[in-house]
Amino acid sequence: MLVNQFLFLAAILFCIGVYGVIARRNAVLVLMSIELILNAVNLNLIAFAMRNGSPDGHTFALYVIAVAAAEVGVGLGMVLLIYRNRKTIALDDLSEMKG
Amino acid sequence: MVAQNIGFALIALVMIVGALRVVTTSNVVHAALWLVVVLSGAAAQYVLLAAEFVAITQVLVYVGAVMVLFLFGTMLTRSRIGRETDLNNPRWKWGIPVALLLFAAMAIALVSAFGDEKMPEDAAPVPVQVVSDQIFGPYLLPFWALSFVLLAAVIGAIVLARKD
Repeated sequence: MLVNQFLFLAAILFCIGVYGVIARRNAVLVLMSIELILNAVNLNLIAFAMRNGSPDGHTFALYVIAVAAAEVGVGLGMVLLIYRNRKTIALDDLSEMKG
Repeated sequence: MVAQNIGFALIALVMIVGALRVVTTSNVVHAALWLVVVLSGAAAQYVLLAAEFVAITQVLVYVGAVMVLFLFGTMLTRSRIGRETDLNNPRWKWGIPVALLLFAAMAIALVSAFGDEKMPEDAAPVPVQVVSDQIFGPYLLPFWALSFVLLAAVIGAIVLARKD
């Protein structure tokens, strides 16, 4: 197994996630794309943990998983609140903050 | 080694197809289910990389809990479940060159940094005890911070989602 095969898989997933964040209009789908990005980062952490033979990457991958869970909880809470007030979660309709 | 590479290639292919479907499908529930495929594939890659505990946590937290959250979020914000036409931005095509340029930059960096370096052949699975010694030893302070983050997230989610 090469080191690069895992890093390339993570890079591909990261780029697909970035594309999703840019292209999607629905807030729930944008959150899903962010999950793709976080998973790419986790894959990198675990790959480097194996390459370096150190368990630090595992620890940080677990922390990233926990932070991602908290992020999804708060993010979906905000999406629900926006939906309740505005009856839409299309991100380009939410432009009150625009200068 | 050959078996590991074949396993990696199959799982990676499934993950990439699933990720592409997540960002292109026109049905929010289908996107959530394709995301399950990608996250399960990531768990399989963790097993391949001798990280059993992270793989189990991935299945428990992502495939179990986060996915239920996504399905509930879809259910609570959607009047109907099915195909929709307005899930993309009007200027969604800008995402393609951005993603491709980003990937080109990362590919150049990865090839020049690691080339054809190999993973260590005899990597034993990392026992859970080692991981827990890490978390409750040198990384105790981030663990405390994370506990507060989770507490704040729980309270924040309840406050945000509460009807009053």
